[in-house]
Amino acid sequence: MSENKTITFIITRQDHPDESAYDEKFEIPYRENMNVISALMEIRRNPVNADGKPTTPVYWDMGCLEEVCGACSMVINGTPRQSCTALVDQLEQPIRLAPMTTFPVTRDLAVDRSRMFDSLKKVKAWVPIDGTHDLGPGPKMAESKRQWAYELSKCMTCGVCLEACPNVNSKTDFIGPAALSQVRLFNSHPTGAMNKSERLQTIMDAEGLMGCGNAQNCVQSCPKGIPLTTSIAALYRDTAIESFKSFFGSDSRV
Amino acid sequence: MAGTRGYVNRRLHSLLGVVPIGIFLLQHLTVNFFATRGPEAFNAAAHFMESLPYRYVLEIFIIFLPLLFHSIYGVYIAFTAKSNLSNFGYFRNWMFMLQRITGILTLIFVAWHVWETRIAIGFGWAELNYSLMEGILTEPFFFWFYIVGVVSTTFHFANGLWSFCVSWGITVSPRSQLVMTYASIVVFVAISYIGVRTLIQFAYGI
Repeated sequence: MSENKTITFIITRQDHPDESAYDEKFEIPYRENMNVISALMEIRRNPVNADGKPTTPVYWDMGCLEEVCGACSMVINGTPRQSCTALVDQLEQPIRLAPMTTFPVTRDLAVDRSRMFDSLKKVKAWVPIDGTHDLGPGPKMAESKRQWAYELSKCMTCGVCLEACPNVNSKTDFIGPAALSQVRLFNSHPTGAMNKSERLQTIMDAEGLMGCGNAQNCVQSCPKGIPLTTSIAALYRDTAIESFKSFFGSDSRV
Repeated sequence: MAGTRGYVNRRLHSLLGVVPIGIFLLQHLTVNFFATRGPEAFNAAAHFMESLPYRYVLEIFIIFLPLLFHSIYGVYIAFTAKSNLSNFGYFRNWMFMLQRITGILTLIFVAWHVWETRIAIGFGWAELNYSLMEGILTEPFFFWFYIVGVVSTTFHFANGLWSFCVSWGITVSPRSQLVMTYASIVVFVAISYIGVRTLIQFAYGI
């Protein structure tokens, strides 16, 4: 390994949510086994751009550093993914880093994913168990079903599926694949199923399930390999049955 | 529920594309295919369709109203998508964008086609027979206009069948969706042949 080997980064930066974005180039010394985050830390240690001019350190978001929290998602060479598992040795140079365009940028590479958390609240992505008295143990779940549901529970709300979706953009309010898959997860839970109809009714509109256009980029892009399009297709079936059940109106809600 | 109308519109849009519009498309291409048996056979078949009882009711409720709803709502759907093929060049993403592009092409084609045939016949500017279509299709520009129009229509229908099966929860698993992809390719090739073969008959008499 040459002592002087460097890595080139072209980073889309933005100083303030209201200001316009600009590109800045950085050359940093190569070390073995670097990931994008350790490279960003190197820039933070010595915030000088490729022209040799001192600049502000690049800002980004991170948490667990092991691809389970979803905070460090960004667009790396055109692909939305987590920067913690983006290994420099496997990336083509110059490495282009940009914030995900689906979400409002707070600064540089950090974005505000609030809309995803709002969506989870909207679809009731939890099992309500609070009561005024002890409700006792819930119904048991088959082990095979638990194992299957575990795959859906791996969602870390990272935003990559929304970034990859051609129908999630400024022209629509489509909720996106992540929250839809959570509807399926919580509807398949024996206790969560007590709110099944309520969750389905919530996503039965043009901004909910019907906003999907079946481009299926989400399932190709999901870092956790969640079968998002299978979840969506299963919800299409559930909502179709739901609407047939209440086609002439119905007062039963389960 | 606040969003019920949006939900019903989407469901209706998906349903109308297959029933009745898709059924009508198959019927229309089949009747036109009589042209390959010669002008007399085509004229007889066209005359049979023309003299169906309560024809205006059939035309309005099976063709025009569903077509109007499907196309107007479809334009809205097409223009709310944002292409990202450069970064996500997956097969299904291509089908997604092509479905929207062929939808717009089909709308332009069908609007012109209805104007030139059904409306012209309705106003008495033209008469429904073999020579009407022969006159249109022997012009090279309109022959190719019809080729593009017919093929984009058959693509839109065949790929629409695929998404219909997903949207109504018929094909849920990735495997069933893959099988349906192959089935829709077969449908596309078969009905494109029927349509294009008829156009060649009108244009070249072979």
